[in-house]
Amino acid sequence: MSEIYSVGVDAGSTYTKAAVIDGEGRLVATSILMTGVRINDAAKKAFNDVLQKSGISEKQVTILVGTGYGRYNITFGNMQVTEISCHAKGAHYLFPKTRTVLDMGGQDTKAIRINERGEVVDFCMNDKCAAGTGRFIEGAAKVLGLSLKEVGELSLKGKKPVKISSTCAVFAETETMEQLAWGNSIEDVLYGVHTSMAVRSIGLLRRVGIEPELTFTGGVSQNVGMIKCLEEQLNMKVNTSSLTMYCGAIGAALFGLEKVRASQLVAVRG
Amino acid sequence: MITVGIDVGTRNTKIALMEDGGKILLTKAAKTSFDFNNTAKQLFDNALSELGLKPTDIEYIVATGFGRYRIEFRDINVTDITANSRGAKFFYPGTRSVLDIGAGNSRAAKIDEKGKVVKFRSTEKCAAGGGGFLEKIAFYTGFDVADIGAVALSSKNPVPISTVCSVFAESEVINLVTQEVPMEDILMGAHLSVVGRVLITLKQVGVEPELTITGGLVLNPAIPKVLEEKLNLRPNVSPNLFYAGAVGAAVLGYKRLMKKRGLQAG
Repeated sequence: MSEIYSVGVDAGSTYTKAAVIDGEGRLVATSILMTGVRINDAAKKAFNDVLQKSGISEKQVTILVGTGYGRYNITFGNMQVTEISCHAKGAHYLFPKTRTVLDMGGQDTKAIRINERGEVVDFCMNDKCAAGTGRFIEGAAKVLGLSLKEVGELSLKGKKPVKISSTCAVFAETETMEQLAWGNSIEDVLYGVHTSMAVRSIGLLRRVGIEPELTFTGGVSQNVGMIKCLEEQLNMKVNTSSLTMYCGAIGAALFGLEKVRASQLVAVRG
Repeated sequence: MITVGIDVGTRNTKIALMEDGGKILLTKAAKTSFDFNNTAKQLFDNALSELGLKPTDIEYIVATGFGRYRIEFRDINVTDITANSRGAKFFYPGTRSVLDIGAGNSRAAKIDEKGKVVKFRSTEKCAAGGGGFLEKIAFYTGFDVADIGAVALSSKNPVPISTVCSVFAESEVINLVTQEVPMEDILMGAHLSVVGRVLITLKQVGVEPELTITGGLVLNPAIPKVLEEKLNLRPNVSPNLFYAGAVGAAVLGYKRLMKKRGLQAG
């Protein structure tokens, strides 16, 4: 029998991510690019890119699973799985002792509690508005003309977090401007922005219950300032790595692999 | 006696110079910059040179708007609600309800026959109901923000925007654009969404005629039109009302000064 390759594509609001898992459950490659307005095009590009990185052709792909908010816009996939389940599975794959997942993306933030098998027990998310999502940090970065990476790094140099009063992500821009106008340093304002985000996400986490280990996923998990503020506010270690932003895609590929294995089982039995 | 009102808004800083609280000598606006005080100072200096006045000719400077505390050369500051209500009454003396729609948020106020604020509500916690959302939508639909109102008015089948949050609504609009929904229908949907939000605030304070609209969105023709349809009431609107906050602040400055000097304001 030919080798199995399961591909997961996570169409997020800001970035589209893809991951390839082989028949042994090994992560072969990952890929990321901006989602833009044409979700299906971005998904197709991420898919092609990850195949190239994996050194396989489209014909070798056994199954393709879509996830993320744009999953139903992916027209070439075999199945779709919610991003909550995918993030849970992906986090469990990267850090098997994970019991709580905090997924912070460009437009949404989710708190997920999982069991020892990586299955979702409970979850909670911002569904009404973008407060407490990566968008808030983006707003602050935009005002300062800095990249997301830069704002995270600069916030580490802050001495005292400035109190941020806005919650609305749109107001992050004016609030940052206002705080700077009051004479606060960029570092302290950014420290404040990240702290307020951490406090907000802990509110969300408490609703599902915080059980160690906590794994931080999504695009914002790459932000060093956010990791520091979360650990500070939670008083516990937070798992994260350069792969945590691919958790959704990895989880999707793992679901694909399970599906393939299940159908093989049926085939053998049959 | 010349008084000055400076209204530092999220998007624009507006200035008004008035004589005896009754005659507008000049109104001007500039984009609010990082340095609030500097933007205001430049506007102020330019206004003086345009009118051939010296700084000593100015008797009182009143700051308002969200950045009012940063205006170092102010004599006093007043809240946006007070200033806008006073400005609305200056232009339309019969005003009893004021709806101020700015870039950041919107405010509704009920005022008495003297122009005093009786009750007010604002959308300050959330950007839904602010004009900033329409700026973003203008960007995504490829129109100039000055034109979107007129384009929206040509819509036959407005598309409802289902989400309240401005950030989510933005994504929704982007999806509609990629689905090639006619631009005017998307734009009208966006205007309806803002007005819908603003109406909640307005109804909380109660609408009493005359209703006067102030703030940056008075320059958008679709806003008063939609409001009129929803309320069955024609609101007062004119381009001057863009300066209502600054004018109101200058009027209040005059009144305050007269009181200080033990005189009766006219």
